[in-house]
Amino acid sequence: MSSVWIILTGALIASSCAFLGCFLILRRMAMLGDAISHSILPGIVIAFLVSGSRDPLPMFIGAAVFGLLCTIIIQLLRNQGVQADAAMSVSFTALFAIGIILISLFTQQVDLDLDCVLYGEIAYVPYDTWTWNGIDMGPRAMWGAGAAFLLSLIMVRLFYKQFKLTSFDPALAMAVGVPVAFFHYLLMGLVSVTTVASFESVGAILVVAMLIVPAATAYLLTERLGVMLGLSVLIGMICSVCGYFLSVLLDASIAGCMTMVAGGLFALAFLFSPHQGVVTRWWIRKKLRTQF
Amino acid sequence: MTNKTPPLSIENVSVAYHRKPVLRNITYQSPEGECIGIIGPNGAGKSTLIKATLGLLPLAGGEVSIYGKPYSQQRKLVGYVPQRESVDWDFPTNALDVVLMGLYGQLGWFRRPKSEHKDRALEALRKVGMESFAKRQISQLSGGQQQRVFLARALAQEAQIYFMDEPFVGVDAATEKAIVQVLHELKEQNKTVFVVHHDLQTVSEYFDSVMLLNLRLIASGPTREVFTTENLQKTYGGRLAILPHTNEMLSIR
Repeated sequence: MSSVWIILTGALIASSCAFLGCFLILRRMAMLGDAISHSILPGIVIAFLVSGSRDPLPMFIGAAVFGLLCTIIIQLLRNQGVQADAAMSVSFTALFAIGIILISLFTQQVDLDLDCVLYGEIAYVPYDTWTWNGIDMGPRAMWGAGAAFLLSLIMVRLFYKQFKLTSFDPALAMAVGVPVAFFHYLLMGLVSVTTVASFESVGAILVVAMLIVPAATAYLLTERLGVMLGLSVLIGMICSVCGYFLSVLLDASIAGCMTMVAGGLFALAFLFSPHQGVVTRWWIRKKLRTQF
Repeated sequence: MTNKTPPLSIENVSVAYHRKPVLRNITYQSPEGECIGIIGPNGAGKSTLIKATLGLLPLAGGEVSIYGKPYSQQRKLVGYVPQRESVDWDFPTNALDVVLMGLYGQLGWFRRPKSEHKDRALEALRKVGMESFAKRQISQLSGGQQQRVFLARALAQEAQIYFMDEPFVGVDAATEKAIVQVLHELKEQNKTVFVVHHDLQTVSEYFDSVMLLNLRLIASGPTREVFTTENLQKTYGGRLAILPHTNEMLSIR
């Protein structure tokens, strides 16, 4: 049973990350996922210290607040003329460092392992279950990831056209009265929530892989946004399933194997994608040459 | 009606980027149903004027009104064609979808585009001669075709006033013809069109009125009266060479 829980949790995490990652990539904000996933660390620690528990709700709130705080700081710095990548690096490393200091300061009181925060351990997911009205509901992480996925799904479904327009042409969006800043922060909020739902399992570092790699792979395979979203979710699920069995085979880290599978799928798409694949284009050129 | 409200009225507008003023004290009232060229050298604030009018940039001072009301209340009356380079043409979408995006504002928060909106978008694509490219991925369109898609998107908005930011830059002859055709049609429907334009040789041919801009409004009015050598010298400073006998003007950038 525990392997099913692990795969299911991994699939939910990978899909919700992939889903939002599509928009991050299209907005050329891939590294913002990185920034958010790191900057939520102090939020998690503070929520943990304040509430004294590892309940998902305070963690969600703490993480979402710091994720948003990070994007706001980045935006403020950029508006003051700091270069985009510099603004990003300065804000998230500073926040991440605060998180690390907090953990090392309160390491006696808190049962929050730095290794676990950084690298996650999805193998422990089945043992931390959620009991509701005396009924064992399954792993807590799975419910967190599921809730995050559902939330993103609902939001993107409701505001699909706004997310699309603000990603493609923010100037027109503004001109026709779509609140561009609101949707920017809504997306960032969703990324924060999804990241915190994922970090326990895959860690703050590998969550970046889940945010970006499946979406980048889907981008290579299609020329339609709707298909790209669907494909990225599918790829996320494949990563989870194949990653799990690969890890059993190799007896290695599950999150690491999931990311390896994601990287492998990206490499395949990069080489053989129907329109942009390196090998595909070479093949087409070769065929054209032999025709003449 | 004798006291008609002008389509666009700009009162004493100034705009600044990081404290550096890029537009100073512009005051202008536009005629209705004309095609108006916004002319000036690079960095004169032509695009800035459009963006400030559409609320994309904050005003450092002054007021803009569209048919007597602030822009935020008149969005449905305004169509916008941004510069082609302002978006990522590798975005995974097709031409029809881009045109549909012009209608997102009118759809409000939750409504989705329906078949009637698709018909409108297709009709707009037809007007610019791009209906056969409706399903084409936008990165596979040529520069001129992309420009026509942008134009179609504004047409689909069925606005009263249009702002076009350098639609003629870097386009092929077919696209130039299509744009001129669209400008004529819009004028026939008594719509007002503002076009940021670079090529001085075609100004008299395309525009009924002009605004000559270089940080300030140098001159404005009917092309025949305002588009003179003297005003152009004032607008372009020493960067303009005029061939005296042919009456042709070449801008030197």
